[in-house]
Amino acid sequence: MNRLGIGGWSILVLAALFFGVPLVMTFAFSLWEGGDSYGFSAYQVLWHSPRLFEAASLSAELAVATVAAIIVLLVPAMIFMNLYAPRLRPLFEFIANLPFVVPAIALVAGLSALITGPDWLVETPFYLVIPYFFLALPYAFRSIDVGLKSIDLQTLTEAGLSLGAGMGQIVTLVVLPSLRSAIVGLTLLTLAVAFGEFTFANVLLFHTYAVYIDELGEHEVTGAAALSVASFLATWLAMLGVMYAGRSRTAK
Amino acid sequence: MATVDITGVRKSFGGREVLAQLDLAMQDGELICLLGPSGCGKTTLLRIIAGFIAPDSGQVTVAGKDVTKLSASQRRMGMVFQSYSLFPNMSALDNVRFGPRVAGRPKAEQMKRAGELLELVGLSAHAQKFPHQLSGGQQQRVALARALAVQPQVLLLDEPLSALDAKVRVQLRDEIRRIQRETGVTTVLVTHDQEEALSISDRVAVMNGGRLLQVASPSAIYRTPADGFVARFIGSGAVFAGVAEGDAVRMGKLSLPAAAASDHHGRPVELFVRPEHVRLEAMNGHVPPGFLGADVRETTFLGSLTRVRVALHDAEGDAGLWADLPSEHAEAFKPGSRVVAKWDQNAVRVMPQA
Amino acid sequence: MKAPIAWLFIGAFLAFCAAFLVAPSAMLAVQSVFDDDGHLTAQYFAVLGQYRYEVAFRNSLFLSVASATSGVIAGGLISFAMLKPEAPRWLRTAVTSFAAVAANFAGVPLAFAFIATIGSLGMLTGMLKRVGIDLYGMGFSLYSITGLTIVYSYFQIPLMVIISIPAFEAMRPAWREAAENLGASAGQFWRLVGLPVLAPSLLSGWILLFGSAFSAYGTAYALTSGNIGLVTTEISAVLSGNVVSEPQVGAALSIGMIVVMVIVLLASSILSRRAARWTVRS
Repeated sequence: MNRLGIGGWSILVLAALFFGVPLVMTFAFSLWEGGDSYGFSAYQVLWHSPRLFEAASLSAELAVATVAAIIVLLVPAMIFMNLYAPRLRPLFEFIANLPFVVPAIALVAGLSALITGPDWLVETPFYLVIPYFFLALPYAFRSIDVGLKSIDLQTLTEAGLSLGAGMGQIVTLVVLPSLRSAIVGLTLLTLAVAFGEFTFANVLLFHTYAVYIDELGEHEVTGAAALSVASFLATWLAMLGVMYAGRSRTAK
Repeated sequence: MATVDITGVRKSFGGREVLAQLDLAMQDGELICLLGPSGCGKTTLLRIIAGFIAPDSGQVTVAGKDVTKLSASQRRMGMVFQSYSLFPNMSALDNVRFGPRVAGRPKAEQMKRAGELLELVGLSAHAQKFPHQLSGGQQQRVALARALAVQPQVLLLDEPLSALDAKVRVQLRDEIRRIQRETGVTTVLVTHDQEEALSISDRVAVMNGGRLLQVASPSAIYRTPADGFVARFIGSGAVFAGVAEGDAVRMGKLSLPAAAASDHHGRPVELFVRPEHVRLEAMNGHVPPGFLGADVRETTFLGSLTRVRVALHDAEGDAGLWADLPSEHAEAFKPGSRVVAKWDQNAVRVMPQA
Repeated sequence: MKAPIAWLFIGAFLAFCAAFLVAPSAMLAVQSVFDDDGHLTAQYFAVLGQYRYEVAFRNSLFLSVASATSGVIAGGLISFAMLKPEAPRWLRTAVTSFAAVAANFAGVPLAFAFIATIGSLGMLTGMLKRVGIDLYGMGFSLYSITGLTIVYSYFQIPLMVIISIPAFEAMRPAWREAAENLGASAGQFWRLVGLPVLAPSLLSGWILLFGSAFSAYGTAYALTSGNIGLVTTEISAVLSGNVVSEPQVGAALSIGMIVVMVIVLLASSILSRRAARWTVRS
């Protein structure tokens, strides 16, 4: 009764194979240089490719911009909802779940139909911050909510006000620092989203990281394979970071 | 209906010995309680009897047959768990008929048996309800009916009342006793609540640190505890450590009367005095012979009785003594007043120091 | 003490959501029922009955059902195995962290990982060919619904693992012990107690997996470039002007998807609430 039976282990071994083989094969594939030679040339080419760096930096910038949008738009709204309008909570929770109901492809269809201008909005890649905001919203809402609950917002605000601070100071000096681990987790998740997101970028014709991989794949499969491996490792690091950030929050 | 014999049972978990060489013989049809503090090994012993844990050594014999190697499902024992173990997807009736059902009994027989048992525990009206619709006490009664449905040789109860409200606990433990008497099933009940053990058992087995300290009837355990631990665990009382001298125990300057001290003359002993054996009177200037002077420290009103704590004069430290007095008499003794205390020296217990 | 600045921020957030999430969806609803002359019409929904879109719906449905089913079975078994009290503790951390990554790995990189593995020139394909197994000769193709199902399973299974952990943790060991004590075999326990209790959560998981596959776009696009009709790729085809269909058809398709997702989420939440009712009180 003490060790996992043969049935249990065979399931896990089969799973490990199913999930591990593609990763290993992709890495091996990325080392293929044509014919029988293997080496890191695909990686070297990528390392020197300016278009890759453009795409990667764009995705990174979008991630940062999205996090900024969350901090500016979502966090204050949630703080004030908790303090002054707790009855709006069901509305907020409903909105936080809406992105699940509206699939990415449908939302981009709607956005294209509705938002036809102005040009400065729809032509800049930073237009993507809007859908990315919604992609991150469910997770962002939950982790910020947990963060706010753990600091007893009401009492801290009253203490701050009685000491003469204005709301703005309370938010920046007291609340935001307490949300640090939630925001760290959020940033990592948004990074993963910005680098992995394809639907919006592809339909709206912006050259993000994922779009670049797809384009590359059309004529340089080894390069695409190399980037996929890199993607996976990067996502793994990001997820570890998210889990670590979550753990340090609960440790408080 | 069967006798249960535990012989030489030992069990260790990860290097820590949880049960040390236990021997216990249970009589057919009796209700025996395994009583002790958390971690004493009582639940482990019960689970060994049930077959969920295998002992490192020793045997479990039921009705003369060695069942140590049998799995839990082969032992024909009924078990009631502490945390409600009713199957949530089944009604009370379906829960109760589960045992006969998996044994392949005909449906009519399953239903009849389940109906009878629900009647026995007084829940016929709730037969179609699901566990989440029943109260804690009702769930445990269904669990009891379910365990009895397989006509077990032995009924095992693992702290069945711990999770219930105080009032429900008292009602249900009387129910358990009534049902056990009616069915005559040999029953082992694990509990840490000594009041529970004393009120319903035929015998109580007191355990501590994986050992059996004493197995006897409730009144024997209460009146003649085998050692200091049992004395302190069952009921309440004051313990005085000293040396036996004739028919008294000498503790520092005090000579505490105790007839039983003569059996241990000259040796270090513990004197155990229960509150109901202590009498208090107001001090009229001097201490009469046979009495001890003391100051009242505090009184606790318990309803019909009031428990008075006094500190003996000339005692080292704060050797406290309790006296249970009828509340009308206790009103005279206010904290700070001087009293004289006396106890029945034939009723107090003297035990060798551990 | 109602600071007006509070309402400013709350209002800004709500306005943002209204403008960029709710309004576009409403726009789609409107667009799908009004023709170019502004008349109310059901013609665009009727177009969905055309062969092309019928195929797309059938493909999407099949793919979603197949990957959801494989996800529930495999994911459920993996969760169950790793959550057993006898399982070593590192196993649980390893599985959950990998599952978190794999569930997010969906999209373009996943597609290329599988192309590199069992695509027509993939490494595994090549290796198998050298041992005499010709996958593509036998009729297998990564660029088919079957292939897509396999690829989708790569993120569906981890998703199920993550979703099902609470359900398995809610299974009380006392139930298993009580059943054993009453004489039931393992098979009887699972048939009469275990599976019935898990059923609402498993079903809810299946439904969520269905929704996730149904609305997935990136992986399919990267793998098939729209060659296999799926509802999601059809919508993008309309949007990019690759098809002759009018934009309203795209809107109708999108509304159809949203309706499916609403049903998915409602059904799933009703079922999980039911599962919670059974496992919390008792």
